[in-house]
Amino acid sequence: MTQPLLDVAGVQKTYTGSGRTVEAVRDLTFSVGDGELVCIVGPSGAGKTTLLKCIAGLLEPTSGTVTLAGSRVDGPPEAMAVVFQEYGRSLYPWLTVEGNVELPLKQKKLDKARRRELVRDALEAVGLADVHSAYPWQLSGGMQQRVAIARAVAYEPKVLLMDEPFAAVDAQTRADLEDLIRSLWHKLGVTILFVTHDIDESVYLGQRVLVLSSSPTVIMEDLAIDLPDERNQLETRSSPRFAELRGHVYEQIQLAKHRKGDQHQRDELTTGSHRAGQPTVAADPGH
Amino acid sequence: MNPVLRWGRTLGYALTLPVVLVTLWWVWSADSTSYYAPPLQTILTTFGDVWFSERLRADVLPSVTRLLIGYTGAVVVGVGLGVLLGANRTLRRVTEPVLEFFRAIPPPALIPILFLFAGIGDTAKVIVIISGAVWPVLLNTVEGVRAVDDVLSDTSRSYGVTGLARLRHLVLPAASPQIVAGMRQALSISIILMVISEMFASTNGLGFSVIQFQRSFAIPEMWSGILLLGLLGFVLSLLFQLFERRTLRWYHGLRRSQRGEN
Repeated sequence: MTQPLLDVAGVQKTYTGSGRTVEAVRDLTFSVGDGELVCIVGPSGAGKTTLLKCIAGLLEPTSGTVTLAGSRVDGPPEAMAVVFQEYGRSLYPWLTVEGNVELPLKQKKLDKARRRELVRDALEAVGLADVHSAYPWQLSGGMQQRVAIARAVAYEPKVLLMDEPFAAVDAQTRADLEDLIRSLWHKLGVTILFVTHDIDESVYLGQRVLVLSSSPTVIMEDLAIDLPDERNQLETRSSPRFAELRGHVYEQIQLAKHRKGDQHQRDELTTGSHRAGQPTVAADPGH
Repeated sequence: MNPVLRWGRTLGYALTLPVVLVTLWWVWSADSTSYYAPPLQTILTTFGDVWFSERLRADVLPSVTRLLIGYTGAVVVGVGLGVLLGANRTLRRVTEPVLEFFRAIPPPALIPILFLFAGIGDTAKVIVIISGAVWPVLLNTVEGVRAVDDVLSDTSRSYGVTGLARLRHLVLPAASPQIVAGMRQALSISIILMVISEMFASTNGLGFSVIQFQRSFAIPEMWSGILLLGLLGFVLSLLFQLFERRTLRWYHGLRRSQRGEN
């Protein structure tokens, strides 16, 4: 593994509100190397979004630290871009496609020529070169998410965070977008942290898959995906190794769900170090 | 259908009823001998004589000036305070009862007090207009600012759209549909208060003229003044529609596309 670019150490997040405290994320430690594509998969309600927001500097963890390229994250870092699930709510409806991609670049104080170049290249890279003057709401869901991806790419981040970006689009569009992410990753060499609840998607996309438990969340497994680098919706998904890997992740997720709601057992599981008979391998590859 | 034809048809629909009403008024009042309801023809002749004269500068201009300054003041104060209150929950909680009280006072009721303190000059009238028209803008802005989408807000933060840029590129555009709705209400309130404040105490202006004509039994002149006020309100509301269509083009498009999907 290469030098870790993103380091998440002991991140815990507890929400306190009106006499009730909810521990969303218990203890997360992992790191992501420069240029890696890592997927985080977990059952719904596993605090995936909370974790992502902590990494993005949008939420302050209750304890633990997030470090990006050696400096601690205590607010949204400039070297990070986020793509959210709700494309309809993450694009500015009063700006055109071009305006949406360009606004963050204006905040970066880039000059006009450079901005124009980045916007054009990013829209071309996601296959939207011809709709630059349309408004987002004139486009289909999949195209809107492409705009959000173009905006993130144009921002030239070191790390691209994606929070279930394809959960709200139809299956065909989703497959296209998955391949788009793989090809952008190859082309740009950007580090991608991709959060999803879809097991197949995580195995298909990732070099590594981190399997999360139910809330309060810990990492159950850090799984290397040893599929060939050239992936293809048909061949990759029908290969025996793909089936094995997805089956393995599926079992882990089932275990995670099963544990949910059993407070005592869960407390034992996470306070005592890994008990015998537990298949959990809360790996910490960064150390 | 060809666009010219369609446009012509829309215009036809819009004009039919006004034309019918004016014709009826014209015919029914043609041989009117009533002192208080003179023939429309007399009123229209008087209209030209009265308003296309020195009065345009002496009465119409001061009224329109007060209206525009008062209205602009109300929008600036309303949006400014609204953004502040909308963004700060504590401030909102503290000020809410007071704001509700002031909003509940019918604005014309403030005129006697304001005139006591601010005299009866232009400043006082502008203050009257602001004090009445500011509320719909203020309250709508507060609501609009509060309703800024969480996801868009997070997106903006993560892309460094913060501080003044956040106000300019996120908060104000996001709240603009509500702000514009408040501005529309404020416009009609401003016209009402302009007229009333001039009727109350003034030495010139449209409201002053109408009252003056009525008190001196210049009945056709009085009617023509009312007609002019109606026309003024109508033109201003047309201009406002134009402004709204330009500013909120994205919003109406968004709404249409959402309806189309459902």
